[in-house]
Amino acid sequence: MTSATKQRVNDGLAGLGQIAFLARDAASSLFRLKIAWNDFLFQLYSIGVRSQAVVLVTGAFTGMVLGAQTYFQFHKVKMDTATLAVVGVSMCDELGPVLTALMVAGRVGAAIAAEIGTMRVTEQVDALRTLATHPVDYLVVPRLAAAHIAMPLLTMESIVVGIIASYVVGVELLGIDPTYSWANMLKYTHDVDLIAGLVKAFFFGGIIAIVSCYKGMNCGLGAEGVGRATTEAVVYSSITVLIANFFLTLVLGKMVGLL
Amino acid sequence: MIEVRDLKKNFGAQRVLDGVSFQIDTGESVAIIGRSGCGKSVLLKHLIGLMKPDAGDVLIDGESIVPMDERQLLRVRLKFGMVFQSAALFDSMTVKENVAFALRRNGNYTEAEINQRVARALAVVNLPGTENKQPAELSGGMRKRVGLARAIVYEPQILLYDEPTTGLDPIVSDSIDQLIMQVRDELKVTSVVVTHDMRSARRVGDHVIMLHQGRVHANGRPEEIFHSTDPIVRQFVDGIADPKEGLAIQPDFPTAMMKRPGE
Repeated sequence: MTSATKQRVNDGLAGLGQIAFLARDAASSLFRLKIAWNDFLFQLYSIGVRSQAVVLVTGAFTGMVLGAQTYFQFHKVKMDTATLAVVGVSMCDELGPVLTALMVAGRVGAAIAAEIGTMRVTEQVDALRTLATHPVDYLVVPRLAAAHIAMPLLTMESIVVGIIASYVVGVELLGIDPTYSWANMLKYTHDVDLIAGLVKAFFFGGIIAIVSCYKGMNCGLGAEGVGRATTEAVVYSSITVLIANFFLTLVLGKMVGLL
Repeated sequence: MIEVRDLKKNFGAQRVLDGVSFQIDTGESVAIIGRSGCGKSVLLKHLIGLMKPDAGDVLIDGESIVPMDERQLLRVRLKFGMVFQSAALFDSMTVKENVAFALRRNGNYTEAEINQRVARALAVVNLPGTENKQPAELSGGMRKRVGLARAIVYEPQILLYDEPTTGLDPIVSDSIDQLIMQVRDELKVTSVVVTHDMRSARRVGDHVIMLHQGRVHANGRPEEIFHSTDPIVRQFVDGIADPKEGLAIQPDFPTAMMKRPGE
């Protein structure tokens, strides 16, 4: 292994360690309720309410495409009425939480990293510290708490809209029998599917907030540093969401007895 | 009292502080001078725990702050106010919200008390009636004054100023100097002013410390420093460029610039 590669591996591992420490500090503050409540409410609005449009559009078109593609395949084997069941399970378990997380990572992750990064390079983070305010309490905790709460709600919206959009496409456009389709969806989509999706969304919210805050608080100097931190926040939080999704799927599958 | 003992700090291979030691008594006003990049601001950030030294110690009222973690430092920082070179105002907040920030975070003040203290702090820095302005609407001098109001509003015992007059015209610089002296005299605070403005250092410091090559090169009363015969102190005080560093204008300038490569 060349020294440059070793350095990159070392830097990567050090970064993971620092993210873990940041998560620990934030969790510790969160449990001690050291929250700036006004800022928490503003972040809840910023992360939750203002992300709705993008999440709803993503959920709707994902449900429509999934419904259409599933119908095209199932129609060949005369299983048209199973279409909504596939859509229901897929949206609840995987597509709802993962696609919502990816869209939120793009919109909110970038905003968090850019805002905190700009505060860092203009010495506003140092100013916070001189005013006896812990940056984690003031900057990270409200965003973390808001993301944890907003993500399951956004995911729920995405799932609902995806299923409704899929129903409209399947029944109104492709002519699937509505009664059997709906009955099959209810039969094969269980409570645990929805709960698994919401649990995943809860974790994904935490991942996006922590990774983005970390990138902002450790960004390089100047406009280039903020730009790089913003890009890395989106890329790393998206990748981490995809990797975490695999392990969460295994763990949750084990918990509900699928493994 | 602030005591710095054999402070050392490296950034990569570059040694910025190389064994800095001094003591500042309670109520004293000290100007730290030195050339750009000599470590003045780095030293100031060590005094309030914004940076950790590689070696050495910083004691505030006899208590070492070097081994403290960020949360323990919060208690010590209640004694400090700091005015940043860039003012570092929170740009998403109004002037009033900036000045009231520490009071609101403290949680022990009623809204009426906060309003009263903010108004008083803004009056001290001659900015009454600017409460609802955004930092972006203020000039450089006004931003620094709001930064000072934010630092004094909770009546700290020690005030740190990081190049408070840099980038300001002489008249605004003079008003900032007068404010520093006024705050020092009225609030009886210990003041540490990092500057490379000689006029400012002479006026605001009871004591002047000059940093050179990471060490304390001179430490004394302003008249001792400004009448020193030491060549390094003299060069800095008189503001004479060093030809050996290539910063002085070359004898054949601008003729050399007019020549084409190879001529």
